[in-house]
Amino acid sequence: MSSIQTRQKPSFLKAFLGLYLRDLRVLSRELLPFVLRVGMQPLLFLFVFTFIMPRMAGGSPIMMGGAAGSGGSFGTILLPGLMAVAIMFSGIAAVALPLSSEFGITREIDDRVMCPVPIWAVALEKVCFSALQSIVAALLVIPMAIVIPAKAVYPDIHNWFLFALVLVMSSLLAGALGLAIGSVVPPKNIGLIFSIIVVPITFLGCVYYPWAKLDQIRWLQIAVLFNPIVYISEGLRASVTPGVGHMPVWGILVALTVFLVILGRFGIRGFMRRVIS
Amino acid sequence: MIVEIQALTKVYDGKLRVVALDGIDLEVRQGEIFGLLGPNGAGKTTTIGICTTRTLPTGGQVRIAGIDVVKQPAQARQLIGVVPQFNTLDRSLTIYENIYFHCRYFGFSHASAKSRSDELLAQFLLTERRDAMPAQLSGGLAQRVQIARAIAHRPTVLFLDEPSAGLDPQSRIAMWTAVQGLRKEGITVVLTTHYMEEADELSERVAIVDRGKLLALGSPQELKSTYGSNTIISLKLRNLEPAESVAADLRLREGVASAEVTPEGLRVFASGADGVLAEVIQSCTRLGLRDISITEPSLETVFIHLTGRDLRE
Repeated sequence: MSSIQTRQKPSFLKAFLGLYLRDLRVLSRELLPFVLRVGMQPLLFLFVFTFIMPRMAGGSPIMMGGAAGSGGSFGTILLPGLMAVAIMFSGIAAVALPLSSEFGITREIDDRVMCPVPIWAVALEKVCFSALQSIVAALLVIPMAIVIPAKAVYPDIHNWFLFALVLVMSSLLAGALGLAIGSVVPPKNIGLIFSIIVVPITFLGCVYYPWAKLDQIRWLQIAVLFNPIVYISEGLRASVTPGVGHMPVWGILVALTVFLVILGRFGIRGFMRRVIS
Repeated sequence: MIVEIQALTKVYDGKLRVVALDGIDLEVRQGEIFGLLGPNGAGKTTTIGICTTRTLPTGGQVRIAGIDVVKQPAQARQLIGVVPQFNTLDRSLTIYENIYFHCRYFGFSHASAKSRSDELLAQFLLTERRDAMPAQLSGGLAQRVQIARAIAHRPTVLFLDEPSAGLDPQSRIAMWTAVQGLRKEGITVVLTTHYMEEADELSERVAIVDRGKLLALGSPQELKSTYGSNTIISLKLRNLEPAESVAADLRLREGVASAEVTPEGLRVFASGADGVLAEVIQSCTRLGLRDISITEPSLETVFIHLTGRDLRE
């Protein structure tokens, strides 16, 4: 018995670090697929809407419409929006998709669940690691927005603290959403989730237009307040392109916190239900 | 006692209420190899699931080295190693990395995780495969990696759930050797199986479970001499109507301990097959004897004696 009593107590941080290192190792094997996964959508989006279209329309009011009167080009509106999409897609690709296979036939999550830490910590690590990928994905959008559009779009960050805070909270929120989806949705339906959840919340997430501009369609302006992506887009808009109209910062931060808590709890509960019977 | 199981119950409430465990009491001694033997659905995997913190009991208590697995699951996990029924190796990592990161999860530093992994790869004759991915391994090799990984953090108790399920005979023997080797390291082993040879070969003590209840407990030798000292002659008959009278007749013969009617025919418990077999066959010929099997005294006969059923049924 003495060997048991003298055994070092399981260290929460060390186990958490071990899980994080494991995920880093796996990611390091897939760097190119990772970059392609997170980069392809903003790349093509910028290419089509800020490089091709302006040339075709010659400054068409359709393409300029979102920006009319708000002092920015479509590219300026798009930059924070595309960062929001990159964050969210990355969160889902980094947590929901791997989880659905790890919970599936292989049950390869088992060894990590048997770590000497509470099981919620294993789920939390998933979210934190996903956040790292989301941050990288969002930052990748910035050089693209400078290089690709016909007229370069530069971020205009005045408040670096706000930028960092919004980036980290948004990335954690995306990871929590991924955790909730991955642990609640059965593996065979995970593709369907893209069509019925991910695509709608993106298109209605104030990604391609600022929330303030929705005032013409009042019911929609209120309905989208239930969409967490709205606060990611608006939060980045407030910190990356403050020249474009955005929601009040305090409202964005409160909403991000509320959604983070709700989705985080929901995701962790779902995760625990999947591994404990 | 290193593992103490008290009045353990587990009820799955659903459309169909299933009582998986119906009050099990068990104690496993430090350093022994303990076998849980029973047919599929007996409650073995549920018992292991509760001991390894993955299933919550409906009632009762499990303590590993004094730690309650329900109240302090994270601490309990430090003390146990688990080899689950299925291959759960991390498909995204090499064999070496599977063991290395397992060590990191348990708080090892980089250097000690590395040396422990190398040591285990050598011990389990896996060094050549260190950079292989789990998908490239045969079932037997994957099982060996799982055992190596499960003991990497030097657990006090190792739980093996149906360790030989899906293994070819050669890999099974290799796995047995590996498990017996663990005993020398002082690791207590609890394994479940529905192969009586496995329980017989490996375990110092065996608990026979069926339908969520503990039926008998002891060394294989004790169990055989207490419950299974008879040879069992099982007969499948076409005509079951006169079976009872034939059984009654057989019971009177010398060398026959007892005889009973089964859904398919007759079961005769005899002190040996030699003297009795001819008489038994003769009595049953007129009942349309279509098959006969003889089971020498083994844990199999113990199980039949205790439950009236074949372990394979």
